[in-house]
Amino acid sequence: MPVHLTHQLMTNYLIIRVSGELDLHAALEFRHKVEDELARTSSKHLLLDFTALTFIDSSGLGAILGRYRTIRQLPGKMSIFGAGGTVRRILELAGISKLIPLCETERQAASC
Amino acid sequence: MANRMGLTLLSRSDNVGVARVALAAFAAQLSFTLSDLEEIKVAVSEAVTNAVSHAYPGAEGEVAVSATADGDLLTVEVRDAGVGIPDVAAARAPSFTTVPDRMGLGFVFMESFMDELEVSSAPGQGTTVTMRKRCRPQAG
Repeated sequence: MPVHLTHQLMTNYLIIRVSGELDLHAALEFRHKVEDELARTSSKHLLLDFTALTFIDSSGLGAILGRYRTIRQLPGKMSIFGAGGTVRRILELAGISKLIPLCETERQAASC
Repeated sequence: MANRMGLTLLSRSDNVGVARVALAAFAAQLSFTLSDLEEIKVAVSEAVTNAVSHAYPGAEGEVAVSATADGDLLTVEVRDAGVGIPDVAAARAPSFTTVPDRMGLGFVFMESFMDELEVSSAPGQGTTVTMRKRCRPQAG
């Protein structure tokens, strides 16, 4: 299932909702979408909605880590919410959760 | 009696998903749990991603993905005829990467999610990654 990316601009942060599979093929599209929307909206804080993300591998993790570096330089904050099952386990196994808060809900993620 | 499958793909990023979905469908004939099948998908994705990303710099080549299901054992082989890996031990180390925006976790995930991992490669000789995973007896 190809990746599908949508965005929503809130008062204090940008949400990128990622559905489908975040792998090598999707990583480039993800990078461009996030970087473009951060620049276009002048947002500093990024929330990634992984509620509908069904697969991630190390290429997807790399794309997330790259955006984390972008956010850190702004400087801004980044958090992830809605990740479940294997996706969450891989985020934790890779140590992403030590850098980027993994939250259950958008409300929690917005207050991280 | 053992069952086998094989497919040959061009080294394009959109074929990584094709490979992992095909392998997961093949693996499902064994008694793997859903969690096992997810792990197999990640491992296959990593092996094929490495071949697509590194085997044929600036060009396209073939990546052969095959699998055998025999009893409770799944064997997966991902083979390319590309440039090869000069130092396999270094490439398998965590955090080894030659590409920005990558984490060097490909081999780490293959090792974590499969029971055995063998990497056979030499400069100019291509690379073959062989992974094995057994179904575990399930409670109940």
